[in-house]
Amino acid sequence: MTDPVIVAEGVRKHYGPVKAVDGVDLQVRPGTVLGLLGPNGAGKTTMVRILTTLLHPDEGRATVAGFDVVRQAAELRHVIGLAGQYAAVDENLTGRENLEMVGRLYHLPATEARRRATEVLERFDLTDAAARIAKTYSGGMRRRLDLGASLVGRPKVLFLDEPTTGLDPRSRLEMWDIIRELVHDGTTLLLTTQYLEEADRLADSIAVIDHGRVIAEGTADELKTRVGGEVLALRVADRSEVPAAAGAVLGLGPGGGKVDNNTGELTIPVGVDGPAILTEAIRRLDAEGVRLADVALRRPTLDDVFLSLTGRAAEEVPVEDGDGGARSRRRRKAR
Amino acid sequence: MSASTVTREATSGGRVRDAVSDGWVLTKRNLLTYLRKPDLLVFSTIQPVMFVLLFVFVFGGAIEASLPPTIPYVDFLMPGIFVQTAIFSALQTGVGLAEDVQKGLVDRFKSLPMARSAVLAGRTIADGVAITFQIVLMFIVATLVGYRFHGTPADALLAFGGAISVGYAFTWVAAYTGLALKSVEAVQAASFTLVFPLVFASSAFVPPETFPSWLQGWAELNPVSIWVDTFRELSLGDLYPSTKSISTLLWQSTAWFLAFLVLFVPLSVRRYRRT
Repeated sequence: MTDPVIVAEGVRKHYGPVKAVDGVDLQVRPGTVLGLLGPNGAGKTTMVRILTTLLHPDEGRATVAGFDVVRQAAELRHVIGLAGQYAAVDENLTGRENLEMVGRLYHLPATEARRRATEVLERFDLTDAAARIAKTYSGGMRRRLDLGASLVGRPKVLFLDEPTTGLDPRSRLEMWDIIRELVHDGTTLLLTTQYLEEADRLADSIAVIDHGRVIAEGTADELKTRVGGEVLALRVADRSEVPAAAGAVLGLGPGGGKVDNNTGELTIPVGVDGPAILTEAIRRLDAEGVRLADVALRRPTLDDVFLSLTGRAAEEVPVEDGDGGARSRRRRKAR
Repeated sequence: MSASTVTREATSGGRVRDAVSDGWVLTKRNLLTYLRKPDLLVFSTIQPVMFVLLFVFVFGGAIEASLPPTIPYVDFLMPGIFVQTAIFSALQTGVGLAEDVQKGLVDRFKSLPMARSAVLAGRTIADGVAITFQIVLMFIVATLVGYRFHGTPADALLAFGGAISVGYAFTWVAAYTGLALKSVEAVQAASFTLVFPLVFASSAFVPPETFPSWLQGWAELNPVSIWVDTFRELSLGDLYPSTKSISTLLWQSTAWFLAFLVLFVPLSVRRYRRT
């Protein structure tokens, strides 16, 4: 049973000139978690919608649990669970009614649907709220109910599309615990996220997706190694000095850097030489007479991973352009 | 698990049974929503009640002059109000579907191994029940302001059944609008604009003989006029002279009803599949 549970081969979905998904290959082994990591509009949701039969791909082939997403969509739906970006619960039904409705739509007998609803309510700590209308639930409770609804059918494969977007930090931690527990029970999971930290905590392997393409795959550690360890972030006090500062320090790290003229921030991947490069940067800036508002060595963020993986941001955006790399990428896409 | 479900899916009897069960589950869900949001039903009923009061007491005196002296205006008016109530209340279908799309519920339903037909069937049937409820309420209000149905009980059954059927046909028009526009506000604005000329430029509230001639042409073709005239003929019989015989009116009404369904059911289903 080491055959992959989710397979995508050359999956494409275009909307006119917009290449939402542009030739994605994926493989997820049973009982593991794949994190699909990327910014808004990268194609994560489109990919999830294709794998859960909501959309037909234009090209390519995908199977989930051995069922083809197009030709065997009806069979496939029996073995998957989906929790989308919005907590898709009916606000006018109680928590229990929501879960029983989903159970009935899986064609479970009424008693079995009731039993599973009780089970899910207990597991997600919603028993006390079971008889309340979902409208009165907090954001975190709605997400838990939504996730619970995706489990009523006891899916072999679970798809979670940005399960913690919009949650407060405490609810996010709760959600992470719940998801980890699910995976512990052997469910295969594909989850999308914009947060490297989330993928880091939950996923066995990560596929970084951008412009509808997978641009890197690996474990969280492997990806971070590719960023080159830590990132040096400098903020210039006077924005008119940004070009001078950029000229002085951008070449210091092993992999270029990024300039955001709006905030006056320069970020430079520094590998393992953080302290040495930091010292050198300060020395050079001092020599140029550039004053700094802030200096930090920090762990890489998603933006940094992007910068390092694509190598685009620094080269494509001239310093005079006055815009951060990540932002200009997104702007191009919007056109 | 999948093996057993697959074999069960394979029998067409099982599939029909599942589709009926799924449709019923969603009908129940939508009816529960009406019960949980009684304000929705109350306010959408108050509006037609105000129409009745407005027409009977404000415009009634003036309009009665152009009617045969044998019938009070309220008896002329109510067939129009019943059809109008059915059509306006059907617009709720579009709002409900747009809400389900916006909140991601439609995505969830589409990812479940349920019948594809259930979301639209459950919605239109539940709204059909709501329409029936409102027509009954309107009948009570009408009786209080002096309305009498002059035909036989069989005529009444046909007339009210017809008005409710017209409402049901319009739930599919609204379903299409809801799925096409996907935003609750846009759906509300658009469907009202769509329905307004149908309902008001018809024989519903005043005899169309008083219209300018170009508008009379439209009013005569207008399916709402045909439905209202049919109701009126069944309700008033010989008390109100009609240019068409009851059998002509009945077949034209049925034809229009079927035409709406034949056009908008497939359109909505196709739209739903692509949502």
